[in-house]
Amino acid sequence: MTTAGVTRARATATTAVGNLPYLIGSLVVGLLLFYLIGFDEGATSLFGHTMVVHEFVHDARHFLGFPCH
Amino acid sequence: MHARTVIPRAALAGALGGVVAWLFALWFAEPLIQAAIDYEAGRGEAEAALATAAGTAPPEEGPEIFSRSVQGVWGIGAGMVLVGVALGLLFAVVYTLLQGKVSVRPRVLALLVAGAGFLTLYATPFVKYPANPPAVGHEETIGDRSGLYLVMIVGSVVLLVVAVLLARALRERLGTWNAVVVGGLAYVVLVGVLMALLPSLGELSANVATYGPAVSETPQPLRDPVGRIVFPGFDADLLYSFRVYAVTAQVLLWGVLGLVFGALAERSVRSERRERVLENA
Repeated sequence: MTTAGVTRARATATTAVGNLPYLIGSLVVGLLLFYLIGFDEGATSLFGHTMVVHEFVHDARHFLGFPCH
Repeated sequence: MHARTVIPRAALAGALGGVVAWLFALWFAEPLIQAAIDYEAGRGEAEAALATAAGTAPPEEGPEIFSRSVQGVWGIGAGMVLVGVALGLLFAVVYTLLQGKVSVRPRVLALLVAGAGFLTLYATPFVKYPANPPAVGHEETIGDRSGLYLVMIVGSVVLLVVAVLLARALRERLGTWNAVVVGGLAYVVLVGVLMALLPSLGELSANVATYGPAVSETPQPLRDPVGRIVFPGFDADLLYSFRVYAVTAQVLLWGVLGLVFGALAERSVRSERRERVLENA
């Protein structure tokens, strides 16, 4: 392998490994946000049983197809 | 592209999709949502009158935290844009993992991933459990309905992964086109089996006990003790329009997400390539 080839291979490998924390972060935040808008304060509630989130995004929840009362 | 490049661009594209879906919702969905809420209120009054006539106490209504105008303008806006960001973040994960494995242009891969997102996270669950306006849906089944909807979302994602792996395994033997067709058929059949196994909302035991056997939770005409209709069932045309607009909003959201991210990705890849050429020179 040429020197350039080695550098490139090493660069690709570091990128793939370096991606992981970012991908996990993106997945967790994405799922949490999806849950908060779509499901929280319906059947389950993360931050106590107020209805503030549910009532605020009420119309969006219906229109996005999430189950609502 | 590194995930650091993909994630903010996908979140931005998702937010833009959410803004477009919001504007669409303000124009098309809000009048229907208001009509559904008016139906709910009218039906509530009729039910209260029946209860009073029968000598029982009418049910209490929940407290109003936000006015209708706040819900109908800012609430729905926040909901659409934040869901757009959430979907953008999930899109970014799939896009980053796939980009080295498929030999298509960034903007084509972006549309493919957005299409898969629309199909698995929305269209397939919608076929079994379609979007409902206010007044459609019983409060006592919210737990069951949330669980079933979630099963449809997770199930359709898992089954699409199965179908894609199947297509990849068959590619050498059948060629790309036929392998993709077989994969697509497998997805339709598997998803159909899942839908057949899950109950429809009318079949939930809580609903059968209160309302008798039915297909869905759409309100039927309200009758007094002698069987006369005192309040009509839910307007079928209103339900139809609401669902068509709901699907349209999702097409807009995912479409903008895929196209805008595709354009941003093409630009990033071009500049990355230019830097590499300069480094090697």
